[in-house]
Amino acid sequence: MKLELKFFASLREALKVSEEKITIPDSVKTIADLRIHLSQRGGTWAEVLANGKSIRCALNHQMVDPNTPLQEGAEVAFFPPVTGG
Amino acid sequence: MPIRIQESDFNLSAEIAALRKGDPRVGAVVTFLGTVRDMNDGSPVKGMTLEHYPGMTEKALQDILDQAKVRWDIYQSLVIHRVGPLLPEDQIVMVAVTSAHRGEAFAACEFIMDYLKTAAPFWKKEDTPEGGRWVDARVTDETAMSRWEKK
Repeated sequence: MKLELKFFASLREALKVSEEKITIPDSVKTIADLRIHLSQRGGTWAEVLANGKSIRCALNHQMVDPNTPLQEGAEVAFFPPVTGG
Repeated sequence: MPIRIQESDFNLSAEIAALRKGDPRVGAVVTFLGTVRDMNDGSPVKGMTLEHYPGMTEKALQDILDQAKVRWDIYQSLVIHRVGPLLPEDQIVMVAVTSAHRGEAFAACEFIMDYLKTAAPFWKKEDTPEGGRWVDARVTDETAMSRWEKK
């Protein structure tokens, strides 16, 4: 499955990437799976995406929970809890 | 447009005038104005930079305004949120709501602001004497939003 990833704020800075196109294996089915898949890159990725870190996720511009299934061609964004206003 | 995300400043009076223009049903306009403080979490703040998620932020704000419209008897609503570099005392955000009576307008305005704080993708990075610091989300903001879920 092909996805377009986006990273914002402190995650973007720590990972030194704001967007990336990736192809994921069939075993990666949900948002939670994707987070684990990316953290397996090791180094900063493992650190930033570690379990217990408060991270929000959006699928095609909608805030979603970790159990949400991924969709072909989706835009998936990872970011810290929001602090606007 | 009821939603604007922009680097430039805005004029509160002009925005209110435009929002209620030509609508004699309006008897109440409630506005909220958020500004930059020079102190946060015990550190002086020299300035800040606001980041957002182009595309999603607009949708999230529209969704919040749509929800407010369903829950309260309001006519028009407006959100302007600035992004980019800001200095203490600068205006960051305004919310304005028009209605026939103040009760509906007050409630809708507070609801919009509480939801914006927890659901709209904006992030603040403060410029402090110790360097750049991403602002942590506040538990009090989550509490403020959860009040509206009981209704």
